[in-house]
Amino acid sequence: MVTFFQQVVNGLQLGLVYALIALGYTMVYGIIKLINFAHGDVFMVGAFMGYIGFTFVKLPWPVALVMALITCAVIGVINERLVYRPLRYAAKISALISAIGASFFIEYFTSLNFVFGPNYISYTPPIKEITWIIGGVRITDIQVVILVTVAAFLALLQLLIFRTKLGSAMRTVSFDHDAARLMGVDVDRTISFTFFVGSGLAGIGGVLFGFAYPEIWTFLGVMTGLKAFIAAVLGGIGIIPGAVLGALIMGQVEIMTAAYISSQARDAVAFAILIIVLLIRPSGILGRNEPEKI
Amino acid sequence: MNKTKQMVLALVGVVVLYALLKALIVTGIIGPYWQIILNESMIYVIGGLGLSIIYGFTGQFSLGHAAFVGIGAYCAGWFAITFSHYGIWASLGSLVVGMISAGLVGYLIGVPILRLKSDYLGIATLGFNFIVYDGMQNSDKLSSVLGGAQGMTGVPQFQTFEWYFVTAVIVFILVRNLVFSSHGRAFTAIRENETAADVVGISPARTKIMAFTVGCVLAGLGGALYAHNYPYVNPDSFTFLESINYLIIVVLGGMGSMTGTVITAVGWTFLLEVLRMFLSLLGPSFINLRGVLYALILIVVIILRPQGIFGGMEASFLVPYIGRRKSNAAAGS
Amino acid sequence: MPLLEVKNLGINFGGLRAVNKFDLEIQAGEIVGVIGPNGAGKTTVFNMLSGYYRPTDGTIAFKGRTMNGLRPFQVAQRGIARTFQNIRLFPQISVLDNVRIAFHPRAGYNMLDSILRTPRFKAREAELTGRAMNLLAVFGLEDKAEIKANGLPYGAQRRLEIARAMAVQPDLLLLDEPAAGMNPAEVQQLVELVRFVKEKFDVTVLLIEHQMGLVMNLCERLVVMDFGEIIASGLPQEVRENPKVLEAYLGRGAVA
Repeated sequence: MVTFFQQVVNGLQLGLVYALIALGYTMVYGIIKLINFAHGDVFMVGAFMGYIGFTFVKLPWPVALVMALITCAVIGVINERLVYRPLRYAAKISALISAIGASFFIEYFTSLNFVFGPNYISYTPPIKEITWIIGGVRITDIQVVILVTVAAFLALLQLLIFRTKLGSAMRTVSFDHDAARLMGVDVDRTISFTFFVGSGLAGIGGVLFGFAYPEIWTFLGVMTGLKAFIAAVLGGIGIIPGAVLGALIMGQVEIMTAAYISSQARDAVAFAILIIVLLIRPSGILGRNEPEKI
Repeated sequence: MNKTKQMVLALVGVVVLYALLKALIVTGIIGPYWQIILNESMIYVIGGLGLSIIYGFTGQFSLGHAAFVGIGAYCAGWFAITFSHYGIWASLGSLVVGMISAGLVGYLIGVPILRLKSDYLGIATLGFNFIVYDGMQNSDKLSSVLGGAQGMTGVPQFQTFEWYFVTAVIVFILVRNLVFSSHGRAFTAIRENETAADVVGISPARTKIMAFTVGCVLAGLGGALYAHNYPYVNPDSFTFLESINYLIIVVLGGMGSMTGTVITAVGWTFLLEVLRMFLSLLGPSFINLRGVLYALILIVVIILRPQGIFGGMEASFLVPYIGRRKSNAAAGS
Repeated sequence: MPLLEVKNLGINFGGLRAVNKFDLEIQAGEIVGVIGPNGAGKTTVFNMLSGYYRPTDGTIAFKGRTMNGLRPFQVAQRGIARTFQNIRLFPQISVLDNVRIAFHPRAGYNMLDSILRTPRFKAREAELTGRAMNLLAVFGLEDKAEIKANGLPYGAQRRLEIARAMAVQPDLLLLDEPAAGMNPAEVQQLVELVRFVKEKFDVTVLLIEHQMGLVMNLCERLVVMDFGEIIASGLPQEVRENPKVLEAYLGRGAVA
């Protein structure tokens, strides 16, 4: 029984990190209906920023966190401007192909020797690992840091979206671009800002991921990003609470599968669950099924 | 130039092309390595045409195409190994096995999944890709021949160009026939406006499933050929990244253009190899530059031509001639 | 036997009763119009008749057989064709193919025939193409046969949609606001077109329309809806003077 709760805690740790990444996917999809293929790679850059921050620049970890946030946010915005904006009103598939190109670019560029290099990098996280045992379950200080950081940023995000003008603009543009324009919203700037926030969160996710699983490489974003994306779809793509819900579920599913079935089957089981959910609730758990007007 | 003349010229062109390539192979100008690549491009043509039917023509966003190629490869490979004492008949039979196995799985998956809308269908097919990959990794539990994570070896190898070229040409002709028929029109109707197609008497569910099945059959054929072109059939050749390759071929080539799919399939295969060749000449540290260049090319092309290189266009000799005022049958009588 | 017999048709959307107690009987050869203010439920009725929505109550019988629960493509195959308020053509496909697609259920050959180009395919395809071209000619579109449908001007697109609907070989044609976006001259042309179609193809017409010019000139009988129910029906002149009808329109500030 204790092992079960241990796995729940482990799953929570993973799910919280997924949540930060999933939020970026869902916010971008909500506002321009694009699957931001390159988002996972932005997360990867965040992980590397964290690593570089602690290991070479010897920054205290909150500073490294902020550095990663800003770097990734900027990369996200550059991506949007250069690669997505030209195709914003073209066929969605064209924008998706462009996103795929952006993803490959980031992956292969950072793999070059003069950037991050193609190898796996293991390092010691800057937090001394303290463990508490509560009711037989091991909880590390890293897990607490992750929990607190994610919770804090989720709260900030809520504030942003529901209490600020920018947040209100984001919600309006998600609804309808033309209507938003007519109401005086600067659609371009709002979209860029959405990418800024979403990518920044992914950057933080990368740093936290590095704390918990300190082995990183330039293709880290592929699978992790994909799983976070599944999480966002599971919860209802475009719906912010859905991203968090989906991520927490994904984290649990993945850890439980690894613990009780096999480590190899993780992805397959996660996907199988996703497919089943989609067949029952085609728009995700919290998704609203909007029927076509005929 | 009238249609018959165009078609004859096209056929002559194909024969000339074959003769030319064959000459280059026989004289050794195209060495064994490039022969394999040439065969590979034919495989991409076949698989690409499959996805073209599913996505380019019928609009069903499948991100799991490589899984069906893989199913074809494994089933065909298993068959060819198990019945290898029948020699070439085993291999020929394995092509059929590859087609049927992939087509059957495609049908069974298609029935529930094709109800999903665009993006969600893509995600579900992506998921299927992963599930199949996982199955391939564990295939040795089903039969040791299949090899599991290390991959399957022992499939009799046929790298003779004729196999691949002739198959690709036949597939191309048959696909063209399908596209320019009432069934092909039903496919495009679904892509263009599913609601309107419904209202003129075309069953969306049945049409989508049909298109998906046909596309998967072609994927299976491509996979079966793959098994004979390479000494290893490895799960890592059928990941979702490979599905994305097929997607790129279809979209970059131009949705709904067979010409585009074929040319892009061949062109893309060779582009990657040429890049690899060039960069390896510069030195080992430049290998990843290939990925960077690939990505840049992809981005630039799609931004400059969002509809794809041949978007909306088809080689004119492919399009059937339409007679005017043909029959006297009064409409509606 | 009436061609179309609708009894007590009703539908709920969540808590909203969009259509209630809708009865309609149409004999073969009639031209009947359904009018009413926006939101009255007219298109919802069409959507039920064509199989998009499943009615919550009531029955629909066509040529004596019940149609409840049929999918749109099955409804089409039984002989009811419809057009849409916002034209739904197949935009990237040629004009000719837009019409040929509608012949698919009756193409007369299977996929194997298509792939192998059997003699049966060639014969049936030629026949099908000929009929499609003739149909285009009837609607004045044959010289545009190979243009993409989205390249047609608006009026021609409307005609194409009707041509395609006729290719379904319907006994009943449902026209949903066919005159939307047309000026008076075009409306008059449409009136003549619908009359012509009805005569030439021996088809019964049920149409939804706002434009009174079309409705008064064309329809033999009118049904007026408001708030999901029928509030009046009868000859056009009678309906026009019905106080309930006037209230429904003028009371909402809509232009009659």
